[in-house]
Amino acid sequence: MRIFLDPIKISYHNLRSSKFRSFLTMLGIIIGVASVIVVMSIGSSAQKLILGQVKGIGSNLIGVLPGASEENGPPVTAMGATITSLKYSDLKALLFKKNAPDIQDATAYVTGTALVKSKSESNQINYQGVTASLSKVENIEIDQGRFLVKQENTNLARVAVLGSTVAKDLFPNENPVGKNIQIKDLSFKIVGILKKRGSSGFSSSDDNLYLPLLTAQKLLLNIDYLNFIRVKVGSEDSINQTIDDIKKTLREEHNIRNPINDDFSVRSAAQALSVLSNVTNVLKYFLTSIAAISLLVGGVGIMNIMLVSVKQRIWEIGLRKALGATDQNIILQFLIESIFVTFTGGLIGIVLGATVAFLSAYIIRHLGYDWEFSLSWQSISLASGIAIFIGLIFGLYPAKKAGKISPMEALRYE
Amino acid sequence: MSSLIKVTELSKTYESEGVQTRAVCNVSFEIKKGEFVSIMGPSGSGKSTLMHILGLLDRPSTGKYLLEGQNTSYLSDNELARLRNKKIGFIFQAFNLLPRTTVYENVELPLIYDRESDKNNQLKVLQALRSVGIEHRKDYLSNQISGGEKQRVAIARALVNNPEVIFADEPTGNLDSKSGLQVMEILEKLNEEGHTIILVTHETITASYAKRIIKILDGQIVSDKEVSEKRRLIAESKKRIK
Repeated sequence: MRIFLDPIKISYHNLRSSKFRSFLTMLGIIIGVASVIVVMSIGSSAQKLILGQVKGIGSNLIGVLPGASEENGPPVTAMGATITSLKYSDLKALLFKKNAPDIQDATAYVTGTALVKSKSESNQINYQGVTASLSKVENIEIDQGRFLVKQENTNLARVAVLGSTVAKDLFPNENPVGKNIQIKDLSFKIVGILKKRGSSGFSSSDDNLYLPLLTAQKLLLNIDYLNFIRVKVGSEDSINQTIDDIKKTLREEHNIRNPINDDFSVRSAAQALSVLSNVTNVLKYFLTSIAAISLLVGGVGIMNIMLVSVKQRIWEIGLRKALGATDQNIILQFLIESIFVTFTGGLIGIVLGATVAFLSAYIIRHLGYDWEFSLSWQSISLASGIAIFIGLIFGLYPAKKAGKISPMEALRYE
Repeated sequence: MSSLIKVTELSKTYESEGVQTRAVCNVSFEIKKGEFVSIMGPSGSGKSTLMHILGLLDRPSTGKYLLEGQNTSYLSDNELARLRNKKIGFIFQAFNLLPRTTVYENVELPLIYDRESDKNNQLKVLQALRSVGIEHRKDYLSNQISGGEKQRVAIARALVNNPEVIFADEPTGNLDSKSGLQVMEILEKLNEEGHTIILVTHETITASYAKRIIKILDGQIVSDKEVSEKRRLIAESKKRIK
């Protein structure tokens, strides 16, 4: 037992007897481990934020976009062209149970921007023309009044539902429900206000203004196509089956025989999620490995101090050998010592890194992001594992040197 | 008495910067179990080199060294370490105790390198401390006790594995005469109890505690004599008067 305890005790004494030097020795390891912890913590918080936003849209959602999939060449939309291939009839076809039985609901979107005026305010606002199903597809919650209903779509009703931010901007001092607003010289009656949702999803529903789909198409935009369709599936398991169903239905609708000629593309949030989590993972580990480089520098410092220690304690090594210690006993002793030093540095680094990560999470949260402080056991064990590994690798050479010292040195010592 | 140490035509040559130095030159002698031998000589005479070889800290260049009948020439470093641990105890001039470590732990040190001795460690350590009369200091740190006490701790450390032979390299060199006397008396007592002791010194008075004195000059034995009982007693009384 003392073979293990002695080196730990000796290193503890050495660390304590020259605190400042020990601190400098461990500084490289402390900084290295702390930065690994910080990068991994902030990385996984950022990852959670990004993935959370995608999940906020709904992982059981499928998007249908006009234009061919990007896999078969660059998207036409990228060239600035508007694709008009997606129509209201497509939405109707998708909602026909026989075509795609797992579709729970679906809605279509057209989008535009217009100057919106209330009695006292006016603002440039993004509006979306949608069907009543939107509230189910996007899990929208109503704060006051109600959401759009089916009939308002078919009879081109001039009604609007406001996101919470828009409502506050246009009607800072009064309840907007029942009031009128002007969009492009047309008067719309406000029927509902959405609950504040925060920034979940890439576009926040708080900043949106919702109109009936056909009202927006005919009265405001003067178009007959859709910007995109969003489909909600009962369970995530049936997403792939439903994607196939959607493709088949739309090919039939558009008279397409060869899939190469598809004038639409179908994407699921789950796909995006897995791509995103891959990308963010790669980024996180890339940054972590950069942070780990500083650990190498720390390791060199450890090797340096261990070489000094071996030289200073030649007589002690000689004595131990004279009393019967083998080369291996001595090597083990110095390895344990260097691991003790790096492990201690690692522990300090973990505490430091966790503190920095926690503080930055605190600050980021106060900047208004939905940021979660995360410190995983994996990152802690990875960091301490690396610290031990560094101690082992950079302690090996000094330890071997110590093991070679002749026992006669004990007698030369005066 | 059976032979403990037998060397035949032992030589040790050092080479530094192309110059060869013969530290020990064709030395042959035998030491039996239970003897108390002084190896005497001025500094540079080769007595320390001889002790290193006898203590298995160094290897001879040529010649044969039998320890308890075992030829040590062909042993590996680890086997030598094992022999040092089991059969040899060292007492150094500078005590060589581990700093910031208790007396007890210092004495225990040889036992932790002895794989077979896991039980009764405590008993062995306390017994060794008792035999040098320093049991009451067992929980003191090695730097909290006096020089004479330090050397007694070192003797206890040399004893703890119950070795065949104890080497003492100028054991009184760093001590005042009173403490030196105490240490020599302990060594004498240990010899009376049956321990073989080999003392390396350049002081005539210290050497005269031994029953046999081997004098070395320029790497060669110049005399090897039994000390008469009478002379020992005279030396002893002289020391006492001091």
